[in-house]
Amino acid sequence: MSAEASLIETEAEVPAAGRSVLRRLLTNAQGMMCIVFLLLVILFGVLSPWLAPFQPNEADLNSVNAQPFSEGHLFGADRAGRDILAQLMWGTNGTLLGSLLVLVIAVLLGVTTGLLSGFYRGRFEAVAGFVTDLIMSLPSIVLLIALFALTGPNVMVAMAVFGVLVAPTYYRLVRSVVLGVRTELYIDAAKVVGLSDQRIIGRHVLWAVRAPVVIQSSFVAASGIAIQAGVEFLGLGDPEQPSWGGILQNANSNIYNNRFGVLWPALLISLTILALILLGNVLRDVLQSSAHNKTLKRSRRRALLTDAQNVRTTSAPSGSNEALLSIRGLKVGYPDGPDRVRTVVHGVDLDVRRGEIHGLVGESGSGKSQMAFSTLGILPKEALILGGSIYLDGEDLLADDKALKNARGQRIGYIPQEPMSNLDPSFTIGAQLVYGLRAVKKISDKGAKEQLIALLTRVGIRNPENVMRLYPHEISGGMAQRVLICGAVAGDPDLIVADEPTTALDVTVQAEVLELLRELSTERGLAMILVTHNLGVVADLCDTVSVMKNGRIVERNDVESLFSNPEQDYTKALLESSRSVELMEA
Amino acid sequence: MTTPILQVENLVVTYTGRHGLSKKVIDNVSLELKAGETLSLVGESGSGKTTIGRAILGLAPVTEGSIKFRGDTISNISRSQRRKVARGIQVVFQDPYSSLNPSMTVEDILVEPMAAAGASGGRHRVRELLDSVGLPNDSGSRYPKEFSGGQRQRIAIARALALDPSVIICDEPTSALDVTTQARVLTLFKELQEQTGVAYLFISHDLGVVNSISDRIAVLYQGSVVEIGEADQVARAPRHDYTRRLQMAAPVADPKKQRERRAARLQFLAAEKATETLRGAPAQL
Repeated sequence: MSAEASLIETEAEVPAAGRSVLRRLLTNAQGMMCIVFLLLVILFGVLSPWLAPFQPNEADLNSVNAQPFSEGHLFGADRAGRDILAQLMWGTNGTLLGSLLVLVIAVLLGVTTGLLSGFYRGRFEAVAGFVTDLIMSLPSIVLLIALFALTGPNVMVAMAVFGVLVAPTYYRLVRSVVLGVRTELYIDAAKVVGLSDQRIIGRHVLWAVRAPVVIQSSFVAASGIAIQAGVEFLGLGDPEQPSWGGILQNANSNIYNNRFGVLWPALLISLTILALILLGNVLRDVLQSSAHNKTLKRSRRRALLTDAQNVRTTSAPSGSNEALLSIRGLKVGYPDGPDRVRTVVHGVDLDVRRGEIHGLVGESGSGKSQMAFSTLGILPKEALILGGSIYLDGEDLLADDKALKNARGQRIGYIPQEPMSNLDPSFTIGAQLVYGLRAVKKISDKGAKEQLIALLTRVGIRNPENVMRLYPHEISGGMAQRVLICGAVAGDPDLIVADEPTTALDVTVQAEVLELLRELSTERGLAMILVTHNLGVVADLCDTVSVMKNGRIVERNDVESLFSNPEQDYTKALLESSRSVELMEA
Repeated sequence: MTTPILQVENLVVTYTGRHGLSKKVIDNVSLELKAGETLSLVGESGSGKTTIGRAILGLAPVTEGSIKFRGDTISNISRSQRRKVARGIQVVFQDPYSSLNPSMTVEDILVEPMAAAGASGGRHRVRELLDSVGLPNDSGSRYPKEFSGGQRQRIAIARALALDPSVIICDEPTSALDVTTQARVLTLFKELQEQTGVAYLFISHDLGVVNSISDRIAVLYQGSVVEIGEADQVARAPRHDYTRRLQMAAPVADPKKQRERRAARLQFLAAEKATETLRGAPAQL
């Protein structure tokens, strides 16, 4: 049986995204430029003992205030005759080390406390949260200036303190990610197999936070360089050591004698910070986007949609005359790369008569929900209708956006799968129902309320006035589904599209909801498309059944014939699997 | 008669809510699982079936009562003691998507329990495990996202088997799967039990699924066991009214039979309502 299992199940496989992060970073033009520039800056500093044309504080009185590109001084010289290029080179190491120190301290402090806080919560989290808030409320530059009074000119100490000051940004980031991860079942599974907490944190939790931490680090390194240059510019650095900020300060006070002196340190500082920030942005795109880009080129998308529309307008309407809803040749696809489209519904026909309940069954990925969403015009934004028509009473809904908009809510009602996520948590039940009804029907607020209260009673809600005042979280899932059914039929539609309306419900509630749908259909002459994977539900409620597989309808018949005389092997396999777990009365 | 391998005695689990209100989710539940058998816990959402499983696994707090594994108490023990129990009791969760770490290869996922238990020869065992759950040999180097829902559940089952446990807690292992996949995974569970003699505590909301795999069934309602007995008896001739309601509500894939069942159910509910009204109690579940 295993061979058969893997044969059928491999369909869902997707190819692995094998490209490493670094390679994706380097193939991105912006990422490539940032990395090359930063590497050059590092080389600029590291190689200064060999490449720098002068010693750190070597002064040449002949070159005082030398202009750029003058002999021997590419960037010119300052008022003491020191070469600016050499100074910048000698100052680079200190700047990079300071920035690295900020990073190391902030990451060590922030990430560890964030991990522990998010994983264990409790008292540690409360204390860490308090300390974090305290640190974040301190003005960092003022604090660093005050520090100068204590330690004297020591940039490394200032940078270490700045590391502590930015640690909270890592703490908050990591904690929020860990809070999301700790409830994942794979963490529970790791506990059950007997992994120690250190290993769970080290292996499972740390992995989840690594991408956001890397991205954040790029920004923190940039702000480290900025703050360091700022502190030195204010004159709090060591005057003996050349530094980017110090050179800038010198040049600034000498600006009337040498106008170009400020240009070089300012350029170097700005470009380095810019490169780090842009690198952070590229990292974010690379690490947090999906493995490969699946958006279609805009021109290709337009061409496909126009083609479908042209076919629609030139061909004569071919829908059935008796049917209320007539779907002809519906094709739906999703982008699978800039030029490719993967078709998930391959030209399907479907007719639903007035008062008929039509079951659409199939397994996940069969395209049954795509059919329902197309009829309602609520396909995901990236989806493409590649062809076909949907006629409601002879009018093609796909040919005219306005027709679809008018039909939705007024002529076609929708009952969704997840009742809870389809109610807005910030409005009362009554407000949402009234809003929905008044959107499709000219009716006064009071009239809408009266009508809805009557309808809520009809769908089996006791004390409807009271329920109208409740918020969605105050009612049960079964009640929420009744509310949504009430909303769907309130606009007096001819057709209801129900997408797995009972899948999220308990079996006893499911039976009641099915009963209600049956009654409503008879009372109001409602036609219904019932999308479901449950053959029991189909047998209970439907008049006609279409079995879908891989985007095609493989078999269609009235419900009794299909269940007693299935023709296709796939239908037989579905029935057999379903009956193997079925209850028979003793 | 064999001695029970897992005993749950008078289990009470209480959760404290946001406003200091405590809520009893499990109220005095006693169960016994014998070696090699399948006992199912069936109930609707909020019945507490998942909480019992999590309490046994040490993932939910035990307020009162005790849980014994091979005679030793395993409720409220330290994490380090718990790790010794890990070899004996394993789990397969409902959601095959969030139960596998997306960043680990299948081989790493399967080696992890063995490494935690300090067992050697893990890599060799991976092939055996993959084979026993019907996955291709080369699956080890691939990532979970390359597999379908049914295949992922097979990986989760292989992980549970890695330490040769005597009990596996199966928490709704097939409810996220398609019906044909579900049938195949249930068959796999049965085959593995025949080969290894592992006992299952099978948790599900679906009485039909439970009936196809269990020796015995316990029906939970609002944190208490309302009926427990041989699978066939509970699923097909239930004694408790709540079990009957559950049984009658499940639709069958046969329109004619389903019509009769529907009529019988409505009749049963009407009769129940009538007697409740006579007694003066509200006819609400």
